[in-house]
Amino acid sequence: MIVAALDFQTLSDAVGLGAIYALMAVGIGLVFGVLRLVNFAYGQLVMAGAYTLAFTASWPLWASIAACFAVVVALSLAMETAVFRPLRGQSPAVMLVTTFAIAFLLQAIALIIDLRDDTLGEVAPSLTSLSQPVTVGGVEIRKITLVSIAAAAGALLLLALLLTRTTIGLHTRAAASDFRTARLLGVRANRVIAFSVFLSGLLAAGVAVMLTVQLPFVTPDFALRDTIVVLVGVVVGGIDRLWTATLGGFTIGFVSGVLNGALPTDKTVYLPSAVFALVILVLLLRPAGLFAWGRRAAVERV
Amino acid sequence: MPEPVLELDGLEVRYGSVAAVRGLSLSLDRGEIVGLIGPNGAGKSTTLHAIMGAVPSHAGEIRLHGRSIRRRSPEAIAQTGVALVPEGRRIFAEFSVEENLRLGLAARRTRNGADPLEQAFDLFPMLKEFRRRSAGALSGGQQQQLAIGRALVADPQVLLLDEPSLGLAPLAVESVFQALEGIRERGVSILLVEQRAIHTVALANRTHVLVGGELRLELTPADAHDTDKIVAAYLAS
Repeated sequence: MIVAALDFQTLSDAVGLGAIYALMAVGIGLVFGVLRLVNFAYGQLVMAGAYTLAFTASWPLWASIAACFAVVVALSLAMETAVFRPLRGQSPAVMLVTTFAIAFLLQAIALIIDLRDDTLGEVAPSLTSLSQPVTVGGVEIRKITLVSIAAAAGALLLLALLLTRTTIGLHTRAAASDFRTARLLGVRANRVIAFSVFLSGLLAAGVAVMLTVQLPFVTPDFALRDTIVVLVGVVVGGIDRLWTATLGGFTIGFVSGVLNGALPTDKTVYLPSAVFALVILVLLLRPAGLFAWGRRAAVERV
Repeated sequence: MPEPVLELDGLEVRYGSVAAVRGLSLSLDRGEIVGLIGPNGAGKSTTLHAIMGAVPSHAGEIRLHGRSIRRRSPEAIAQTGVALVPEGRRIFAEFSVEENLRLGLAARRTRNGADPLEQAFDLFPMLKEFRRRSAGALSGGQQQQLAIGRALVADPQVLLLDEPSLGLAPLAVESVFQALEGIRERGVSILLVEQRAIHTVALANRTHVLVGGELRLELTPADAHDTDKIVAAYLAS
């Protein structure tokens, strides 16, 4: 029975995974908003962060995490300057294919660096203690689940404040809604794009820290599957709005977590099929996105 | 003779091999309204977009106070003191009225003490009353006031308007044209692109008729009742 298998542990893990995926969805959605570019290479930013954590495992924890954030944000900004900026204004297909190329390039570079010690994969053990459970009100929850939920909630709240209460946030929202008009009003294109790419990098670094707790063994395809799942979630939720994209990311993470816990161990190989079957169903029923309700039709007023 | 605020000198804009604007020269002095009328496809909007740097110009010169602004980015041109009220208003329907106005501050060069939004509220008190309301909930005429107010908070020297009366009810059209007079009195130079020819000729200090990308005729307010002359200018080819 599926229902019987849904214990509190499974549900809390599912919420934790949903929280991490929600952060990835925000990172992808922010950049899509201002560049109209689906960054397939987002997972490789997370991968770069995970490798940084592995290679700096002997450092003090704070320094290792700081290095992870520095590397990922720098890589994110470099990607924007070197690749996205020259391609700005190209067709979405050109940009998507280019991000595929970046993804594979970064994976190949990671492979070269990883294989210097002749073994594939590095371990990032610094935070694995967070995998231990704590007892909250008589139920056992893994610490990382609590950390993920708290970090995601905090990050989303901060981001919401940044976007709604600051000038650069207002400019970024305007650019995401109508870039051409925003520029005609004096909004600096390069600034809002750099701002979004910077925030997106911060989120990727945070995700790298949390995912290495779940999976301390880092390989070049680290976070690749997660990125694909999140991209699907973002599209299902509705990519043209940040909050629908975020909700889409959370939902697909939650559903994956629940199905993973609910399916008997020998049946978990069917998990991706089950998730993607649901996705196809959703896209058939709500092609504009699962959370696209309440969208006001553009009414020409006189 | 004082130097013009904005000056177009032999402006050429092409879309591929099609010339949209050909050798267009005109100038705006401080505190005057210059009208630009003509049939659809004459190149009126294209001229405004070329001034803003939103479409590239292929030849000629665009000068603000004698200094070239050609080949700059739209945001840089906005920051030099040229503001556009785009066709269709282009307000951000999901933002509040106040957020829309604050976007106009992106191009403001000075940071003086007074609340810059007051410049818009002075002219359109409705905007102050509805400042917390969603801009999409305003009527068409109110949205046009918001679009003009948004351009004004940048404290521009030159205001470009692209068919501000388009799609508005007659009363709303009147209030837009009245507002333009008020803005002119503040010393702002206005380049007004319009379809309402007679209205524009009556209001503007000078009105140019643009046909097929070329200036055909210059009209003064005295010509506002000479419908035959205006119609003839439209039809001349």
